[in-house]
Amino acid sequence: MIDMKIVDAIIEKWNTDPDFVIEMMQDIQDEFRCIPKEALERIGDRTEKPRGKLFHIATFYNAFSLDQRGKKEIQVCMGTACYVKGAADVLAALERTLGISSGETTPDGKFTLTEVRCVGACGLAPVVTIGDEVIGGVKPNEVPSIIKRFS
Amino acid sequence: MTIDQLKQMQQKALRKYESYNAALMVCTGTACVANKSFDLVTVLNRELEKRNLLEKYLVVPTGCNGFCAQGPIMVVQPEGIFYERLTCEDIPEIIENHLEGGEPVERLLYHHDGAAVRKMENIPFFRKQKLLALRHKGMINPEKIEDYFRLGGYQPLHRILTTMKPEEVVTDIIRSGIRGRGGGGFPTGVKWQSCIEAVKKTGLTPSVICNADEGDPGAFMDRSIIEADPHSVIEGMLTGAYAVGASEGYIYIRKEYPLAMKRLIIAIDQAREQGLLGKNILDTGFDFDIVVHRGAGAFVCGESSALMASMAGNPGEPRAKYVRSVERGYKDKPTVLNNVETWANVPLIMEKGAQWFASIGTGDVSQNPWNGSSGTKVFSLVGDVNNIGLVEVPMGITLREIIYDIGGGIPEGREFKAVQTGGPSGGVLPANMLDLPVDFDTLTEVGSMMGSGGMVVMDDSTCMIQVAKYFVDFLKDESCGKCTPCREGLVALGTILERITGGDGREGDIELLEEYGENMCETSLCALGQTAANPVLSTIKYFRDEYEEHISRGKCPALKCKALIEYRIIADNCTGCTICARNCPVDAIEGSLKEPHIIDQEKCIHCGVCREVCNFNAVEVF
Repeated sequence: MIDMKIVDAIIEKWNTDPDFVIEMMQDIQDEFRCIPKEALERIGDRTEKPRGKLFHIATFYNAFSLDQRGKKEIQVCMGTACYVKGAADVLAALERTLGISSGETTPDGKFTLTEVRCVGACGLAPVVTIGDEVIGGVKPNEVPSIIKRFS
Repeated sequence: MTIDQLKQMQQKALRKYESYNAALMVCTGTACVANKSFDLVTVLNRELEKRNLLEKYLVVPTGCNGFCAQGPIMVVQPEGIFYERLTCEDIPEIIENHLEGGEPVERLLYHHDGAAVRKMENIPFFRKQKLLALRHKGMINPEKIEDYFRLGGYQPLHRILTTMKPEEVVTDIIRSGIRGRGGGGFPTGVKWQSCIEAVKKTGLTPSVICNADEGDPGAFMDRSIIEADPHSVIEGMLTGAYAVGASEGYIYIRKEYPLAMKRLIIAIDQAREQGLLGKNILDTGFDFDIVVHRGAGAFVCGESSALMASMAGNPGEPRAKYVRSVERGYKDKPTVLNNVETWANVPLIMEKGAQWFASIGTGDVSQNPWNGSSGTKVFSLVGDVNNIGLVEVPMGITLREIIYDIGGGIPEGREFKAVQTGGPSGGVLPANMLDLPVDFDTLTEVGSMMGSGGMVVMDDSTCMIQVAKYFVDFLKDESCGKCTPCREGLVALGTILERITGGDGREGDIELLEEYGENMCETSLCALGQTAANPVLSTIKYFRDEYEEHISRGKCPALKCKALIEYRIIADNCTGCTICARNCPVDAIEGSLKEPHIIDQEKCIHCGVCREVCNFNAVEVF
């Protein structure tokens, strides 16, 4: 069960305004690392936005996930600059090191590995972000030591 | 706030700034921050305090300097001495030798052909640039409105509000010739004019929107403008709002830009505190305020109608454009939507005049903005180029000047192969197009587009079919799925490209790609779908041989397509250290200690791990 007080506080932070359901869901995603069904229903009840529409939003935008993500999110930038500089090899190295595929969470719930469109730090390509940290110039053979540092 | 107060604040900020011997402008754009530039700010302040020098030198965390490849960067103003790749350990030496001793620390300066270049303006990367949208970059602390006042900020706005009629503002913007910097290149003033007409027709109050959902991969112009100079965007929006009669403004910014978002919100709060947003702005009776909406990671939301849907708390799906959004946009009201760079140019046009702006760039736009491309364009120059960074150049400059004179050419002695502009909607251009002038119409004519300003340089190790596939895969994920040509067309293109790069290309595949691509251009609902095939069509147009090589000969000339290459161990280089064999995930490498190893091609999955781990360059690709 999730703490509905937190959900209510988030809804109220955005003045229960249906225009801001995406912002509410972002806060909920940050809080719970997923969009829990109960939270989605509560947003629907309070903003009077149809649940189907909210579900559509929750599955439309990349920021949201219905399954719980790991404690730390590892994002491999797949922007063009990073791609040209070998981001696909970095992603493959991360998949090997973590033993999961892109989009999955490690069984211990520590890391979720995802691809991100472009973090706009092209000067540092290829870029990986872990939590709030931006790591530039990542080489595939450095991946195991990077993961160790964050474990 | 009155104009006198604004001028007083400018004088006060100027006096304070001039009371320092020097200002230390530390770049705190996203790339330099990733290289720990906030630590530099902390250490600078600490070391200055230790030496009792805080009253002599001012430390300013600025927005993006632009020369991201050399970060972290610090520029000592007013001399303009440019330091690069700084670490915290370098700080005491700079304070003692340069600030107090008068002699810049040579080893930390930029070097060109082996010689140190002291001043930023003499570095080749900066020499050909012309800064309009980025005019304040590296000069101000973006989190302090006083710094923007110091450079005369918001004073042009006062003149507009008190001496100009809204229609005169629109006329100026039309005469300046400025066209939308977001990619479409539609004349901004003409858009504003249509909005005014729609307002007259419907009697509804219009809105103005700033599109900061910069989704093109490999592009960070708008992020940098907001991170460096958020008030220029706010002042631009205020000007536009006055011109079209709007009292509500919105900025839609993507969530992947946390630093830009933070600075934008600080700037809006400060402007509101100073009475530059809200009611009765500058005592003129004009009301306007801005609400920020946060994107949630959807590329299609950069499209205007999808953006407006997302702003209203809906999935970001575009709608057909037979009713334009200037007539019926956000919440069905007339809406002016421009991107960050366009808005940032507006205050400068109003300050320096339409004629001045029109004189920069190509064509004579004074009578008709469609006659050319005036002003400058900001590009993010990335990929296989030496000087990666943010550049602002006058329209009409050639691709060669940008890539070679500013960008410093291709690294590691490799050859230039292609440049990609316009993001997933644009195309690639080969070497024989390098002397083309960069403007809206020329790039469109040759099958690419200006786009929002991403410029990705690719060297000869890049496979063009992989590039096309990269963009198709990107768009396949990002297509909203509403219209069939885009949704199904992208899947079809992806399947064919997959089979070509996988070594199963068939005769007729190229023609099939062209046919699907052209159909998508003609029948998709929004610009995303209409331009989605451009990367495929332009690579076919200029690199057809490479497609044929893949299909008929089963070869990838760039040695990038895994199914079409072989990894082999060069016996002469191999020391038999066994590291490759130990790391091979499929045990495809045989050989004993201190003996050359061999890869079993039957077992090899082309993952390249052996090449990554080899310390003797003994693994080659064929």
